[in-house]
Amino acid sequence: MRKGFRIAIASGKGGTGKTTIATNLAKAAVEKGMTVKYVDCDVEEPNGHIFLKPQIENRKDVMVSVPQVDKDKCTGCGKCGEVCQYGAIVHLGDKNVLTFDNLCHSCGGCWLLCPEQAIKQKQIKIGQVESGKAGNVNFIHGVLSVGSVRSVSLIRQLKQAVDSEDLVIFDVPPGTSCPVVESLKGADFVLLVTEPTPFGLHDLRCAVELVRKMGPSFGVVINRDGCGDDKVERYCEDENIEILMRVKDDRRIAEAYSVGKMIVDVLPEYKEAFAHFYESVSKKLKG
Amino acid sequence: MKIAVTSINNTLDSKVDPRFGRAANFIVVDTETMEFECISNEAVSAAGGAGVSAAKTVTDSGAKAVLTGNCGPNAARTLAAAGVKLYAGASGTVRDAIEAFKNGQLTENTGPTVESHFGTGS
Repeated sequence: MRKGFRIAIASGKGGTGKTTIATNLAKAAVEKGMTVKYVDCDVEEPNGHIFLKPQIENRKDVMVSVPQVDKDKCTGCGKCGEVCQYGAIVHLGDKNVLTFDNLCHSCGGCWLLCPEQAIKQKQIKIGQVESGKAGNVNFIHGVLSVGSVRSVSLIRQLKQAVDSEDLVIFDVPPGTSCPVVESLKGADFVLLVTEPTPFGLHDLRCAVELVRKMGPSFGVVINRDGCGDDKVERYCEDENIEILMRVKDDRRIAEAYSVGKMIVDVLPEYKEAFAHFYESVSKKLKG
Repeated sequence: MKIAVTSINNTLDSKVDPRFGRAANFIVVDTETMEFECISNEAVSAAGGAGVSAAKTVTDSGAKAVLTGNCGPNAARTLAAAGVKLYAGASGTVRDAIEAFKNGQLTENTGPTVESHFGTGS
């Protein structure tokens, strides 16, 4: 059971400031007396820890199943290779069956379909989940093993931890592909962080299309406000999307970021802005 | 001997496709009679494991050797396991590649010539 809200912070375009918004929001909410969990779902390149500086207390290996063929039982029927959509198991005639651990998505098709039950499940490590405390923020992130393509499985594991906090923040990876879909699942509200540039707008459109398909309410945060044009604003107006916050294009924010400092620590006026921002979002959720 | 040549189009005068896993077609040629068939590569739009699936297609065609531009690690491992010889570095038309092969101008590769996903961007 969970009692709190889950907010996902996504963008489409990379580098728009998802982690900046997510970490500052976490800290502002904690200072308002909320219990908060920050979940870094960008398992390919987690960076929330650079700003929140957590003490990692727990580390857990994340394992997945891949096929291992028992050549004594195999009759060479080839059903395993036919079902695999990723070329992770291939039948080359007779009992010549090859497997590729790094291509497998653990769908289970091959071991379920094998009429001889000649395929066993072998466990391989795809990464680690690390958790701990960053001040009063409960921190958790996933670190994908180098060379592994199994980000979705790792994200799923990361999100399985039970949430008892008032507010859970999912820091979503960039893009609109499978890892983003997995990260957005279960969110009550999505914040789409963008920048007022043609690239920001292009990828915002993709993200809006995805979130609309998935269903949760959403709003936009314009980061580096003032650095580009007004096309993002006009798009939001036309599409009836609320702009919930603007963070100015401010050299002091960029300087703080470059040394791993948070906006709310360096520019106290933003403390209120983020707290206010959280309140406006939570009102939406309650309303 | 039957050999498979990766090809952009469907005749002996088509250009060699420099990619293996994501090649458009395989022209499977009998080197004695020069009779051929064109097999379109279903792995061209595969989500992943294109090299493995392409190697499976070539193996099932009965070809004993592959002429192509480049070949990645998963495909090279699959071809080796199936006993299909790999000759990378082929270029020009399919016919040119076969001539070069017959004249001994192509050398056999015992491993991959490029990293995974090399051919996905082109």
